[in-house]
Amino acid sequence: MVRSGLLALALALPCAVLARADVPQRVVSMNLCTDQLAMLLAGPGQLVSVSRHAGDPSTSAMADQARAFPANGGTAEEIYLLRPDLVLAGDYTNPVTLAMLQRLGIRVETFPADETVAGIRDNLRRMGELLGREPAAGDAIRDFDRDLARLDDAPPGPRPLAALYAANGYSSGSLTLPGQIIALAGFENLADRRGIAAGGYLPLETLLLSGSDLLVKGRRYPGRSRAEEPLDHPALRELARRLPSTPMNDPEWVCGTPFVLNAVARLRDQRLSMPEAK
Amino acid sequence: MIRASYSRLLALLALLVAALFTASLLIGPAGVRPGPALAALLGQGDEMLALVMREIRLPRAILGVLVGAALGMSGAVLQGFLRNPLAEPGLIGTSASAALGAVLAIHTGLSLAFPLALPLAALAGALVSVLLVLILAGARGGALALILAGIAISALAGAATSLVLNLSPNPFAANEIIFWTLGSLADRSMLHVWIVLPFLLAGFALLVPITGQLDALTLGEDAAASMGVDLRRLRLLLVAGTAALVGGATAVAGTIGFVGLVVPHVLRHAVGARPSRLLPASALGGAAMVLAADVAVRLILPERDLKLGVLTALVGAPFFLRLILKTRGNAL
Repeated sequence: MVRSGLLALALALPCAVLARADVPQRVVSMNLCTDQLAMLLAGPGQLVSVSRHAGDPSTSAMADQARAFPANGGTAEEIYLLRPDLVLAGDYTNPVTLAMLQRLGIRVETFPADETVAGIRDNLRRMGELLGREPAAGDAIRDFDRDLARLDDAPPGPRPLAALYAANGYSSGSLTLPGQIIALAGFENLADRRGIAAGGYLPLETLLLSGSDLLVKGRRYPGRSRAEEPLDHPALRELARRLPSTPMNDPEWVCGTPFVLNAVARLRDQRLSMPEAK
Repeated sequence: MIRASYSRLLALLALLVAALFTASLLIGPAGVRPGPALAALLGQGDEMLALVMREIRLPRAILGVLVGAALGMSGAVLQGFLRNPLAEPGLIGTSASAALGAVLAIHTGLSLAFPLALPLAALAGALVSVLLVLILAGARGGALALILAGIAISALAGAATSLVLNLSPNPFAANEIIFWTLGSLADRSMLHVWIVLPFLLAGFALLVPITGQLDALTLGEDAAASMGVDLRRLRLLLVAGTAALVGGATAVAGTIGFVGLVVPHVLRHAVGARPSRLLPASALGGAAMVLAADVAVRLILPERDLKLGVLTALVGAPFFLRLILKTRGNAL
């Protein structure tokens, strides 16, 4: 309720009206994706802290840059002691923590986990407005659109079929960010054909008999898990020997930032190297 | 008369298992027609289809038989041994402890270096829990003591499993709790068959020769001892055999509850309540129940990876409640 009210307020304020005095000076981000958007756009000294995940190269596309900022673990106490005037969070950030920060009088802005190209543009634009960095956001959006236009060159007609297969046999379709990456790179997605456009369980045998042209395999994380066992299944290994396969490199696949275009570019190269699918 | 009907029962159950095994081979999300599927199983036709039949569906069907037989049989053994109708590996904490062992083997990396470490650790977990139950509830303990001991051990093992999975640096580890508590046979490989087969065969080999002594035990421990049954040896074999069966089954399929409870109860009357007859029948019945549940999860929600334990619990839990009511009625 409070959050949606603030959101409405933020959207209702035309950016021109925002006086420079309103520009936040101590911004703290608590979410991997807002971390990266903020690092891309924030002015010098404006960003005070990013989440701990931002410095982890296995999930963050900006791990090097993140090391310049103190990391936070996302607890209300820790965030409050940083004395922020703006807290950036994701849709999935613990609402209890955010409510507490708001009760303490701190402005909190949440970003949706965006799963479309339009969503990435919106995120950049809104982050620019919040940080008072509209020109930087405008540049970032222009660069993003230019790169996107260069990559989006799939010929009309039937597209080669890509299958995304991650831990627990999970696959993602066009209603998800990974699915958007696959579509932008010029592939049809097996998950959409199977009716799990929003993501779901893809039985291994369905994958094997799908006649896919490209296997996009979920990456392994440190430590072990039974969930990742299907990635080592002998039948999948046999499939990977016959098909071109590419790892899903998480830093570029989890957040709606311009970095998704790196993943699109890699998949597009795979498509262009397929003799029958040009 | 009874002998003839008993062999007929076994034959019927074997036929049921064979039919469900075939169904398990032929029913799958990919929707392959039976003819080409069977040909592919024999190595003819499409190469990919052969891979599916031999590396995905065949191990799944074999594991359904093995895991089901192990669970059905260990339920019957525990009920005969503890002379308690509520005994079942899931309810007395054996499965949860085996799962803890398996989780430890996976997350310490031991099972990667040495595949047999997985069932070995699960067996060790099962062994500890059976011994704990015996100590807490006593071999002559009543139903209440047994169930309470089981709840305590299940809770402890479940908490330790969650702790290990939450401490893991792997982001997928925590949602594995679902697999370990509800069980699944989806996307297993022949490797899983090979690593548990020795444990289950050892379990069957330990338990089958002593079924006669279990018959004697139905008359009470003193009567059994006077008939020449070495109770300490019997107890040792029972504990080792049950631990091998539950440990092996849980290591590859997670915790599939209630199979060991429902199957012996359904069959007890038909075999004349003799453990020596109930054990083989329960092994077949358990195999049939797990195979049927595993076919059902593929038919009901093929795109959702519905867990096996959900179905067995939907059937088993009401059954368990009915048994509690019956037991209470007897006690009053």
